[in-house]
Amino acid sequence: MTGSMPYVAVAVLFLCGLYMVLFEHNLFKIALGITVMEASANLFLVVLGYRSGGGIPVYTLASREAMVLPTPQALTLTAIVIGLATTALLLSLVVWAYRHYGTLDIQQIRRLRG
Amino acid sequence: MRLDEHLPALLLALPLLGAFSAPLVGKGSRRWVELLLPVLSGLTFAVAAALLHRVSVGGTQLYVMGAERAGLALPSGMSLPIRIVLEVDALSALMAASGSLVAFACALFAVPYMRRFSGFDKFASLYFLLVAGMLGMEVTGDLFNFFVFLEIASVASYGLVAFWRDRPEAIEAGLKYTVVSTVAALMVLFAAGFLYGNHGVLNMAAIASRVDLGVADKVAMALLFGSLAMKAGAVPMHMWLPDAYGEAPSCVSALLVSVSQASLYGLFRTSFSLFGLPRVAPLLGWGLVVLGLLSMFVGVTMAIVQKEIKRLMAYHAISQTGYMLLGVGVGLVASLSPARMESFGLVAIGGALYHVINHAMYKGLLFLTAGAVYYSAGTRMLDQMGGLARNMPKTASLFALAAAAIAGLPPVNGFTSKLLIYQSSYALSPFLAAVGMITSVLTLASFVKIFQSAFLGPALPELSEVREVPAPMLAGMALLALAIAGLSLLPGPVLEHMVMPAARALADRGAYIAAVMGGGM
Amino acid sequence: MKPMSVVVRSVFCVFGWFVLVFGAYVIVHGHLTPGGGFQGGAVFATFFAALMASLGEGAFGESVSSRFLSTVESLGLLLFWLLGLLGMGRTFFHNFLAGSGSILFGGSVPVGPNEGALATGGTVALMNLSVGMEVVAGLTLITVYMALARLVVPDGGERGHDR
Repeated sequence: MTGSMPYVAVAVLFLCGLYMVLFEHNLFKIALGITVMEASANLFLVVLGYRSGGGIPVYTLASREAMVLPTPQALTLTAIVIGLATTALLLSLVVWAYRHYGTLDIQQIRRLRG
Repeated sequence: MRLDEHLPALLLALPLLGAFSAPLVGKGSRRWVELLLPVLSGLTFAVAAALLHRVSVGGTQLYVMGAERAGLALPSGMSLPIRIVLEVDALSALMAASGSLVAFACALFAVPYMRRFSGFDKFASLYFLLVAGMLGMEVTGDLFNFFVFLEIASVASYGLVAFWRDRPEAIEAGLKYTVVSTVAALMVLFAAGFLYGNHGVLNMAAIASRVDLGVADKVAMALLFGSLAMKAGAVPMHMWLPDAYGEAPSCVSALLVSVSQASLYGLFRTSFSLFGLPRVAPLLGWGLVVLGLLSMFVGVTMAIVQKEIKRLMAYHAISQTGYMLLGVGVGLVASLSPARMESFGLVAIGGALYHVINHAMYKGLLFLTAGAVYYSAGTRMLDQMGGLARNMPKTASLFALAAAAIAGLPPVNGFTSKLLIYQSSYALSPFLAAVGMITSVLTLASFVKIFQSAFLGPALPELSEVREVPAPMLAGMALLALAIAGLSLLPGPVLEHMVMPAARALADRGAYIAAVMGGGM
Repeated sequence: MKPMSVVVRSVFCVFGWFVLVFGAYVIVHGHLTPGGGFQGGAVFATFFAALMASLGEGAFGESVSSRFLSTVESLGLLLFWLLGLLGMGRTFFHNFLAGSGSILFGGSVPVGPNEGALATGGTVALMNLSVGMEVVAGLTLITVYMALARLVVPDGGERGHDR
């Protein structure tokens, strides 16, 4: 891994996801944008734990080797599960919104104002 | 006593038990779930009250999940805590007790209120998850654990806001709330990642002892500040709040007030205990003050033009949150010099924290009375209501009590906490107190309008069959009214034994760090 | 959803079972290799999603009811909670089975590189099994509800909104 390339990738993914959430009109694309942002957060956490030349952290009482940090991997798993729950709920809400409003365009779904 | 030590874990384990078992119990019959919901909420409140007592007697309580002993944060002479630590100091215990009282009252209210709708076992499960998330946010001492409980509470609230799925407005509110809130929670995750990458620990006290305010720390500070202020409903980021509070079932709206206050607790912890260093304390303090001023003013002016009762109350929730932000901001600015802290800083923080628990009680009661009116009269629009005081006298008098509290009329508790905030923020700058008083006057105007149009006036013919609400709903509302009465009639003991220790615990950064870093073999 | 072509159906009927075995492997070996309750449960539930996609929605809906799945989900969660509670002799979630010699995953861990000793781990391994059970049931329920697009509101809508 060369220097800070992974972090640049995280930033690019995050900005793509943010663009989709902010500027897309189709409800499914907004949900997809949230998924992309969550992916960038997970990539960020995994890359944080990497150490160059590190080994796999499956030793017991390891003596000498440098190891990749296992804690960020656990944090990423938790974040993936949370993202799954949010995405499932969001997509169910999108299905119900289509049933009620007949459209997937977020600019047409504006009954609550003020 | 052995059970005494395990109180922080029990506080989280009981609502989780309710959440996990509600669908199973619901397979039997609905009556069992209707019994489970208030009983477990009541037990949770009992545990929170016992924990508050234990903290006021014994100081900050530590609970290390999965360790050999409950207080073993640093085993075998290690220099960093290695497990998830629940750190319950006076502020956490106070907010947990107030949140669980509101949860108990709303659970009592929910039993007859939701009888007309299906899916009550799912409602109970989501309700318990929301309570567990709120309490977890308030007692945890680990930053990633805070994020996990924040997300548990958020996802449960997405489901509860959209619970009346056959109403298009509820689905729209749920959809918009979900999108905005998920992005904010992702920011908290990024902040946790930045802090972990910079310092290698996730425990909040350990991070606080190692904060060096480099670029990574400042980015994390900005992300945490912005996203927690958004979850609490501060003004430039408040757009989701009126929709979400207005379209959720009323018992859920009343509980969501306490859940937003748990995010406010997170904001206070971040500003004081994590990043309360003298280099950034003025910046964070004035940031909180500005957010408070905007929230107070914009909240109340938007509230005056609303026609639907719950949306109006949601805007007032935004405006009252502004008072809390103002008080703590003034305290943080004053924390730089011990003299200013003595003269008005601690009073400001104390006033804000007193306002937090007062607001949970009276705003909860307001939402519940709005729900009672919706249950009996079937409408939420102010121009379709009228003269309900004849048909629903008990609800009307409870509403009057809560409206007097929010407007800050003496001797009700809203007056005491607002007075503390005014007198301390005046010492920092008279403009702050002036904005606060204008907001209070406009709040009074708004609630006089609601009271007159909903309860006073001539009886409308289409509302002639409206009856008083069933007993459990009245019991829930009366519980909150009793709490308001207690807080109003005994301000001295409440301030001395519950609120000022919490204010001192918040302002004392060193004690927060030492509770974890000094505890071990 | 209609059943897909005969090629897809045959491939699924031959190879789908490997997905189940792999999912169970990932769940059970969670304390030794990357994996565990959620990951293995998600792989396991992929079998049911592929079943509904290739054989049509009726193939699954008739055999396993959503009531059964909901019960399994709650039982998995309650087992997880119980395992946390049983550690209350010391603290909540204390691993009282690791290294204790009992038959339930209580062996002692050998020093050195991971040899894959399955009988270690204590409550971590049991919690993996309960979470795996819960995730399988939960994800399958989500897939069933979304694929069948069941209208989970009583006919005529909820009647509680008008007086």
